[in-house]
Amino acid sequence: MADLSRSKRWSFNRIAIHATLLVACAVYLVPLIVMLLTSFKTPDDVRTGNLLTLPVDWTLIGWIKAWSTVHEYFWNSFMITVPAVIISTFIGALNGYALSKWSFKGSNVLFSMLLFGCFIPFQVILLPMSFTLGKLGLANTTTGLVLVHVIYGLAFTTLFFRNYYVGIPDALIKAARLDGAGFFTIFWKILLPLSTPIVMVSLIWQFTQVWNDFLFGVVFASGSAQPITVALNNLVNTSTGAKEYNVDMAAAMIAALPTLLVYIFAGKYFVRGLTSGVVKG
Amino acid sequence: MAALELKNVRKTYGNAAQEALKGINISIDTGQFLILVGPSGCGKSTLMNAIAGLEDISSGAIILGGEDVTTVEPKDRDIAMVFQSYALYPTMTVRENIAFGLKIRKTPADQIAAEVDRVAKLLQIEHLLERKPSQLSGGQQQRVAMGRALARRPKLYLFDEPLSNLDAKLRVEMRTEIKLMHQRLKTTTVYVTHDQIEAMTLGDRVAVMKDGEVQQFGTPQEIYNNPANLFVASFIGSPPMNFIPVALDQESGRSVVRLQGQGERIAISLPMLQTALADGREAILGIRPEQICIRRGQIGDLPLVSARVQVVEPTGPDTLVYVEVNGVQVCCRLAPVDTPEIGSIVALELDVERLVLFEPASGARIA
Amino acid sequence: MSLSEVQIMRTGTSTSVRKPDRLQKWLPKLVLAPTAVAMIVCLYGYMLWTAVISLTTSRFMPVYNFAGFAQFERLLANDRWIVACKNLAIFGGMFILLCLIIGVFFAILLDQRIRREGFIRTIYLYPMALSMIVTGTAWKWLLNPGLGLDKLLRDWGWEGFRFDWLVDTDRVIYCLLIAAIWQASGFVMAMFLAGLRGVDSAIIRAAQIDGASLPTIYLRIVLPSLRPVFFSAVMILSHIAIKSFDLVMAMTAGGPGYSSDLPAVFMYQHTFTRGQMGLGAASSVLMLGAVLAILVPYLYSELRSKRHG
Repeated sequence: MADLSRSKRWSFNRIAIHATLLVACAVYLVPLIVMLLTSFKTPDDVRTGNLLTLPVDWTLIGWIKAWSTVHEYFWNSFMITVPAVIISTFIGALNGYALSKWSFKGSNVLFSMLLFGCFIPFQVILLPMSFTLGKLGLANTTTGLVLVHVIYGLAFTTLFFRNYYVGIPDALIKAARLDGAGFFTIFWKILLPLSTPIVMVSLIWQFTQVWNDFLFGVVFASGSAQPITVALNNLVNTSTGAKEYNVDMAAAMIAALPTLLVYIFAGKYFVRGLTSGVVKG
Repeated sequence: MAALELKNVRKTYGNAAQEALKGINISIDTGQFLILVGPSGCGKSTLMNAIAGLEDISSGAIILGGEDVTTVEPKDRDIAMVFQSYALYPTMTVRENIAFGLKIRKTPADQIAAEVDRVAKLLQIEHLLERKPSQLSGGQQQRVAMGRALARRPKLYLFDEPLSNLDAKLRVEMRTEIKLMHQRLKTTTVYVTHDQIEAMTLGDRVAVMKDGEVQQFGTPQEIYNNPANLFVASFIGSPPMNFIPVALDQESGRSVVRLQGQGERIAISLPMLQTALADGREAILGIRPEQICIRRGQIGDLPLVSARVQVVEPTGPDTLVYVEVNGVQVCCRLAPVDTPEIGSIVALELDVERLVLFEPASGARIA
Repeated sequence: MSLSEVQIMRTGTSTSVRKPDRLQKWLPKLVLAPTAVAMIVCLYGYMLWTAVISLTTSRFMPVYNFAGFAQFERLLANDRWIVACKNLAIFGGMFILLCLIIGVFFAILLDQRIRREGFIRTIYLYPMALSMIVTGTAWKWLLNPGLGLDKLLRDWGWEGFRFDWLVDTDRVIYCLLIAAIWQASGFVMAMFLAGLRGVDSAIIRAAQIDGASLPTIYLRIVLPSLRPVFFSAVMILSHIAIKSFDLVMAMTAGGPGYSSDLPAVFMYQHTFTRGQMGLGAASSVLMLGAVLAILVPYLYSELRSKRHG
C-alpha cells in the first residue's frame, strides 16, 4: 500500500505532507517538553516564565522534593508490578496452552467467559472485591493489589497466549506426545522456547497496565501501601499550601519514566500487545 | 499374530449424530504396509489419530502386537508418526529432534548418540545434524521427520500424508525411497494418503475409505481389478474408469448390454453376468481406459462399437483418446503408435472379461 | 487366596498402571481450574453481588434489606448522575469521532513513504504508554488558567487571549477531551496504519490503472476495506471512554462542582467516599449495561464472521 507516489522527488504535496506530520509531532511532544522544562525550574521561575521558556537556572530541587515525597510509593508500585506481571504472564501462558492445545468439552465456553472479562468495566466488581480483601486481611496491602492485578490481568494474558499458540501447529504437540512427552514437558521443552515474542508482549502489556493503574490502587490501597499513581494524584490535587508545579511535574515524570523507558526500548512489543489485545482469534 | 488389529472402531464427535468412524475392522500382519486412502473428510486421518492414541474412540478396540491399547496413552503405545507438516521442533537442531523421544524415555546418552548416527546414515542426513529445521529444504525436513520416527524403533510407524507438501518431482523420489526403506527394514506401517497413485505403489494392503467406512480392503491389485463398488472403482485409477449407462438385457440366452457410438447399437455379451439378472434393468458398466482397444477393420466376429474421436491427448508413454458412447465421454488409453485422427470414426474393442457392472442407485457391484 | 483378594490385587495393579494416564487427561483442566474459579467468583459472582447490593438500601456498610429498584429510581432522578451521563455522551461521542478522524488522517499521511516513518510513529504513540494520571497532571498544568497556555500565548503577543475552560463549568469537559485525544489518537493511527499495510496493493494498482485519483482510491476502495479496523477502534475507544476515571480524577476530580463528572467518577465517589453504596452499585450496574449494549453485538458479529470464514 506504500507504493502510491511513484516519484520520490519533493513535490509540493510531499513537502506539505511532511510538514503536517512534523507539526503534529511537535504537538504530541509539547506536553512532555513542558513537563520536563517545568520540572527543572524554581517555583519563582515557574511563575515568571511561561510553559515553553527555558529554566533561568536549571535546578533539581523539584526532582529532589518530588522523589522524597513519592519514592516510597514508587517502590510500592514495583513491589506490586513485578510479581503481578510475572505471575499473571506465567499463568496466562499455561492457560493459553491448555486452552489451545488440550481443548476439552467446555474449554470454548471458558474461553468466551475469559474474553468477556477483558471488557468488563471494573466498577462493577469493586465493592465485592474490597469486602473480600478486607475479609482476607489484605485491604491496604501491596499483596492485595498483586492478587487483584493477577486475577483481572489473567483475561488478557490468557488471550495473548491462547491466540499465539493457536497459530502453532497441533502436529508439533502430537509428535511430542508420541515421543513420550507429557503435558508439562511439552510446555517447557517445545512451546515455551517458541514463545519469546508473546512473552514479551504479555510482560510489557501487563507492566504498563499494572504500573499505570489508578482505580484498583485508589480503591484497595491507601496510605503507606498506595502505588505511585495514587500518590501522584494526591500530591497534585492537595489544595493546602502554595502549588509547586515544578514538584508536580517532576513527580509526574517519575511516575511516567518506567513505562516510557519500556516503550522506548521495547516499543515493537508494546504496539503488538495493543493491537493483538484488539484483534481476537 | 496380527501386528495391528482394529475391531469395530467407532468415533462420534460431541453430540453430533454424525459418526466420523462407523465401525472399522482392519487387521494387518507384522511387516506389512497398510494404506488408508480416501477423499478428504473420509475419516482416514481420524482413524490414524485413533491408532496413535491422539484421539479417543467411542467404542471398539485397537490391538497392537496382541495387546489392547485402546485406553493407553499415546506415549505408551510404542508408535512413531511422520506428519504432513513434518512437525519438527523448531527450536531444536536435527540431532536434538531425532534424540528427543529417546531422551524423554531416559535412554543412556551413548545409546542415543549411536542411534542418531545409525538413523542419520540410513537417511543420508549426517551433514545436517547440527542445523535447525528452518535451515533445511522441504525434502530434508521430510527425511529428518522420518529419522525421528525411525530412531525409536517402535512397533508401528504411522505416516500422515507425508509427501503432500513436496513438489511433484521430489514426491516421486521420496515415494521410491519410502518403498525402499520399507523393503529393507520391514517395518509395520500405516500410511494415510489421498493420492491413489501413492496408495497403489506403496501399499501391501489398501483400505479405501469414504464417509467413515472402509469401502474395500485388499491388495492394490484386488482393488484395482476387482473394485467392490462404484466409489472404489472411480477413486482408484488414473485416468479414472469409464462409466457407461446401460440396460442389462438377454439375447439368445446370453446376457448382453447394448452400446451405441456413431452408428448402430451393438450388443456386447457379458459372460460373467447370470442371465437371471439380465431382466432389462438399468446398470452402470465400468471399463478402464486401457481395457479398450481401437481396431482398424474387422477381426474375427468380435462385435465392435464404432465411435467418433473427439479429443486426443498425447501424454508421452501413451495417448488418451476420448470418444462418445451411450451419450457419455469414454476415455481409451492407447499406445502412441496408432493414434487416430480427430473426427475419424474408430472401432472400439472392449475387454469383456474385465468389465464390471454396478447398480446406479447404490453403487453396489452387480458383477 | 480368596476371590475378593484376587479382585483387590487386580484393581490395585490396574489403577497403578492407569493412574498417570488419568492424571494426564485431567492436567489441562487442573491447570485451568484456578483461573476458571477466579473468573466465576471474582468476575461473574461479583457482578451478581454488586447487582444484589444495588437492590438494597446499603449506605456505608452492605445491608441486605431489599428495596426493589428504589436505588435505580433515585439514580435516574439524581441531577448529578444525569450530568455525568450527558458528559459521557459528549465526551465519549466526540472522543471516538475525533480520535478516528485524527487517527485515519495521520495513518494515511504516514502511509505515503515518509522518511523516518518509524520515528514519527513512535512520537505519535508514546502518550499511550503513560498513565492517565500523568496525562491528567500534565494537561492540568498546560491548561492552567493564568499560568498555562493562557500565559504562553499572551507572552507570545496575543494580548487578549483567555483560556480558562478548566474552571468553566460548561467547557471543562472539553479539557478532558483534549487530554484524552492526545493520549489515544496515536494508538488509533497505529491501528489504521497496520490496516493500510494489509490492503492488497494489486487492488490499488488496478484502481490507478482505471484512472482513479488518490483521494478517490482512499475514500472508495481503501477505507471501506478497513471496516473491521473501524469496528475494533470504536470498540476500544468506547471502552476507554466508559471506563475513563483516572483522567477526571487527575484533572478536575469532577469539578468545578460536579460539572465534569463521568459515571465512573460518580460511582467511585458515591460508593467509597459518600456512603451511598446502594446508589453506587446501581450506577455500576448501569455502566455494565452500557458496555454490554456495545459489546454483545460486536462479539456476536465477530464470532459469526469467524464461523463463516
